[in-house]
Amino acid sequence: MHESWRSGFANYLTTSFVDLLRAESPHLLPTFVTEGEAEVPPIAIPHGTTILALKCRDGVVMAGDRQATEGFQIAHRRIEKVYKADETSAIAIAGAAGPSIDMVRLFQTELEHYEKVEGENLSLEGKANKLAQMIRMNLPAAMQGLVVIPIFAGYDDKTGQGRIFMYDVTGGRYEDLDHYATGSGGKDARNSLKRLYRKDLDRQEAVRVALEALTDAAEEDVGTAGPDFVKGIFPSVKVITRTEFEEVPEDEVRRISEAIFAQRREEAAS
Amino acid sequence: MPLPYYVSPEQIMKDKAEYARKGIARGRSIIAVEYRDGILLVAENPSTLLHKTSEIYDRIAFAGVGKFNEFENLRIAGVRHADLRGYAYSRGDVTAKALANAYSQALGSIFTQDINPFEVEVLVVEVPDRNGGKNEIYHILYDGTIEDEVHYAAMGGQAEEIRQVLTENFQEGMTLAQALQLGVRALTVTQNKALNPSDLEVAVLDQTRERRKFRRIGAEELKQLLER
Repeated sequence: MHESWRSGFANYLTTSFVDLLRAESPHLLPTFVTEGEAEVPPIAIPHGTTILALKCRDGVVMAGDRQATEGFQIAHRRIEKVYKADETSAIAIAGAAGPSIDMVRLFQTELEHYEKVEGENLSLEGKANKLAQMIRMNLPAAMQGLVVIPIFAGYDDKTGQGRIFMYDVTGGRYEDLDHYATGSGGKDARNSLKRLYRKDLDRQEAVRVALEALTDAAEEDVGTAGPDFVKGIFPSVKVITRTEFEEVPEDEVRRISEAIFAQRREEAAS
Repeated sequence: MPLPYYVSPEQIMKDKAEYARKGIARGRSIIAVEYRDGILLVAENPSTLLHKTSEIYDRIAFAGVGKFNEFENLRIAGVRHADLRGYAYSRGDVTAKALANAYSQALGSIFTQDINPFEVEVLVVEVPDRNGGKNEIYHILYDGTIEDEVHYAAMGGQAEEIRQVLTENFQEGMTLAQALQLGVRALTVTQNKALNPSDLEVAVLDQTRERRKFRRIGAEELKQLLER
């Protein structure tokens, strides 16, 4: 008891939760490596679809639809794809749902662990790099078809503005200056973001642009769901500014979605 | 060959305890007091960078007195214990009781097996979740002795005198300002000068907060609370 306590407890080399997990309980690390040849899993697994982020005047807006798709079937209608990472940043996930959610949980714990041990927050850049390392860790699984592609965004105290980071499967980290979308409907969402985005959108406008883009993605992509007025399922939208992490309330999202649909009906009729 | 001196085990333990107690008595004190919305921690600590109190997990906080490197070691061990457990199971499964037991085991084995015991005492405090329940205050001594205290706890240099003041003046349902003023009065009892707000480190586990209940009270707010 005594020796193991010391080895685990007295070691100051790391403030990283992932390293701690690797040393203490490697079986809890979210890795899905199987022996032998890399191959696509024979079973269909749920995939999260469209997520996006765009900058606004005071920070950054992130949004995602709520559907997970399993082959040609809908796996879940109310899955959450945009998560609070900490007080000033959020992570949105597209790709294999299971590993994605594990990665989010590990990432959230990593940030909180660092904050508690060190007594201060990692910089936004540091968080983005940490996430890149986690995606790289997932590479063997990605080769077998369990791809996880997040977007990470937050408010950067050092530069005084919102920042958006995107990734590829190998953990490559890139920064986008204005807006980005990914997932199965990502291309369509990117197109409408390109069309609607301008610099200095205020919060209200940016939320609307995000919802327009998701609605466009849902129109073009079978994997993405638009707002569902019958079941009352709406995209999740988060706004991050210097002072606040805000989850946009569902009735506001409903109201804006209704306005978008009303406008489109009008345009179609005329 | 000279024979090694025989020292009885009782004597060894006594000496170790004396060594640890002296070390702790040199340090400044910390108290924990319940108030209406949670638990208040007040420490005498002129440093604003090296903390004696800390967040461990959502509803759990830590306070340590004695040698800084030793209780800092324990604090980080606690954060690791809690985060590992919360990740392996769920956030709700991280409890102060399990953590207090881990500290007790660790300090106990160090006390019996090492030549020098740790010169520390620690408090592990927890506020209940929204479903009700009671505050928990665990006090763990240098030799691994663990006590659960009710309403308030004191440790460090003049813990006895401080506890006396708390016993006489504690009331249930105090506001934060009242609890803080009581805490400061209790800490001052052993000194002949008044304590400056800048000499205090104050933190709360505030039940009205969302998930993470721990909050440090900064200089400005502290001044306002003391004047109220």
